[in-house]
Amino acid sequence: MVKRFDVRQQTGFVTMAILCFVLLYLPIVTLVVYAFNNNDSLSIWKGFSLRWFHVAWNNTLVIESSIRSFQIASVAAILATVAATMAALATTRTRPYPGLTFKYAVINQPLMVPEIVTAVALLIVFSRIKIWTGYSGLGYLIAAHTAFCVPFAYLPIRARLENMDLSLETAASDLYATPSRTFRHVTFPLLWPGILAGLMLAFVVSLDDVVITEFIKSGGQDTLPTYMLGQIRRGVTPEVNAISTVFLALSVGIVTVFFFVSRKRT
Amino acid sequence: MLRATQPAIEARGVTRLFAGTGQNAIRALDNVSVSISENEFFTLLGPSGCGKTTLLRLIAGFDFPTAGEILLHGQDIAQLPPYKRPVNTVFQSYALFPHMTVAENIGFGLKMLGKPKAFIDARVDAMLRLVHMEALRNRRTSQISGGQQQRVALARALAPQPKVLLLDEPLSALDYKLRKEMQIELKRLQHETGITFIFVTHDQEEALTMSDRIAVMSAGRIRQVGTPGDIYGRPAERFVANFIGETNFLTAAITVTGDCKVRATLQSGATIDATVAEGFQPNGSATIVVRPEHARLISGAGDLSGTVDNIVYFGTDTNIHVHLDGGEAFTVRQQNARSASCGFQRGDRVGISIGNNVAQVLRD
Repeated sequence: MVKRFDVRQQTGFVTMAILCFVLLYLPIVTLVVYAFNNNDSLSIWKGFSLRWFHVAWNNTLVIESSIRSFQIASVAAILATVAATMAALATTRTRPYPGLTFKYAVINQPLMVPEIVTAVALLIVFSRIKIWTGYSGLGYLIAAHTAFCVPFAYLPIRARLENMDLSLETAASDLYATPSRTFRHVTFPLLWPGILAGLMLAFVVSLDDVVITEFIKSGGQDTLPTYMLGQIRRGVTPEVNAISTVFLALSVGIVTVFFFVSRKRT
Repeated sequence: MLRATQPAIEARGVTRLFAGTGQNAIRALDNVSVSISENEFFTLLGPSGCGKTTLLRLIAGFDFPTAGEILLHGQDIAQLPPYKRPVNTVFQSYALFPHMTVAENIGFGLKMLGKPKAFIDARVDAMLRLVHMEALRNRRTSQISGGQQQRVALARALAPQPKVLLLDEPLSALDYKLRKEMQIELKRLQHETGITFIFVTHDQEEALTMSDRIAVMSAGRIRQVGTPGDIYGRPAERFVANFIGETNFLTAAITVTGDCKVRATLQSGATIDATVAEGFQPNGSATIVVRPEHARLISGAGDLSGTVDNIVYFGTDTNIHVHLDGGEAFTVRQQNARSASCGFQRGDRVGISIGNNVAQVLRD
């Protein structure tokens, strides 16, 4: 019998797999474990306690920056998803034409341009606008986050649209549905899991951002990640672990919810 | 029957050009004119790329003609969007909405037309009964078989009671037995609903068994329109004769002997009486066609004579390939009797008898 090639039987496969998982998850496991450390030190274990969770909870700066993070991420993710949905419809519901690839590149620009370049560019532009308008609210952060979230929302939505049978929309129009009703009754319900995936991805990416936020935030506009960055500069306590752990739990929760919602819909 | 004289659908000089990859535009439809009567089962038959689906899409409103008119009961609908035409389509891929139940799919058109819910429910029930799918009312379309999806697609397109139902190769995804069943089912539905059916297929057998009339298409033109008997028995040109069924083509010198009657003289000097389509004046040399089953093999002298070249048995019939004395190949088809042998052997000298009204002169 001819032996089939099976990557799992290659020498070193198991070692490699274990190594990868250790590298991926050991740091996170360590972080979570030490969040429950009853000590001021990050690395010396002194027994289980929820002490640092209490500390973080009672730290108004943590709570304020968390709320700010969620505000920015929610608004930016929704705006980015709306823009991405429209872009995805425009780029898939058309015959391929010269220049379409260029449009993909333009839409996905934030994935290719180094974040630090975008950050500096936005800093310069926004400081100008600040001088002209005198406005210095959260709008700048929301605008910046929306911009770099668009490609993350765009990719799953476009993938979903490309897998959708175009004849479904044709069938709807054949059955007396106007273009807007076709969108409402057929395209949108079928696109919904993709939109949800885009929304979640955009939300998580925005929640996570440090570089751009650090550059363009005004005083008192720390998000949770930039607040943590500031804390670490001043010396670290397991409070950062505790915050990170809650952050992690929330992210996992969001992704899990999405996973089940999207599976149910397809 | 006031409207009996007015066709349900009429295409007048319809042309559809597609921008080609080079400088040449593709002529998907080239000045096509056809008239389809009320309550007719009309088939557009042709090989892929002949323009049959393009014509269907123009009637449905998914595409618009470059030139020409499409009339529905005398009114030009060529520029109306699909949702404003009382015409529904059964798609090749069925295109059932996967996020809706069977009943929601069937009721979709009526819902879009703004019919009251009670009316829609009653109509959906009637449609489910019509296609024998009552038990699957609340199933998802992904939970039913291909044949059942086909029925739902039919019910969905029939529910709004369209003036014309378009069917785009709807049976091509089904296996042989199911396809045979659905052919009969479609005929029944057409009869029961009284709706004009326009059916697109590349399957000649399907076209012959189901249609009231057939339009044979190739290269963006309609080559011949007629009843299945006309198309099969009286093909007007080589393409039609070749595309539908097996045929013997013979080159012959033609002498006109009467009204639509000619005498054809073959290479060997043998002569056959042949008919000509009305309005066609052949002169000199032409191609004549004889269907294999319209010729009879005999042991003595016949209209033609030759030597048996090969005998091919396939169940109901046997094809006997004969090498004619003039050099041409000729096939005779005989229905098999209870005894398996056809009574001839390779190398036998045979005669071929061709009855009256069998050979036909082609317009090339």
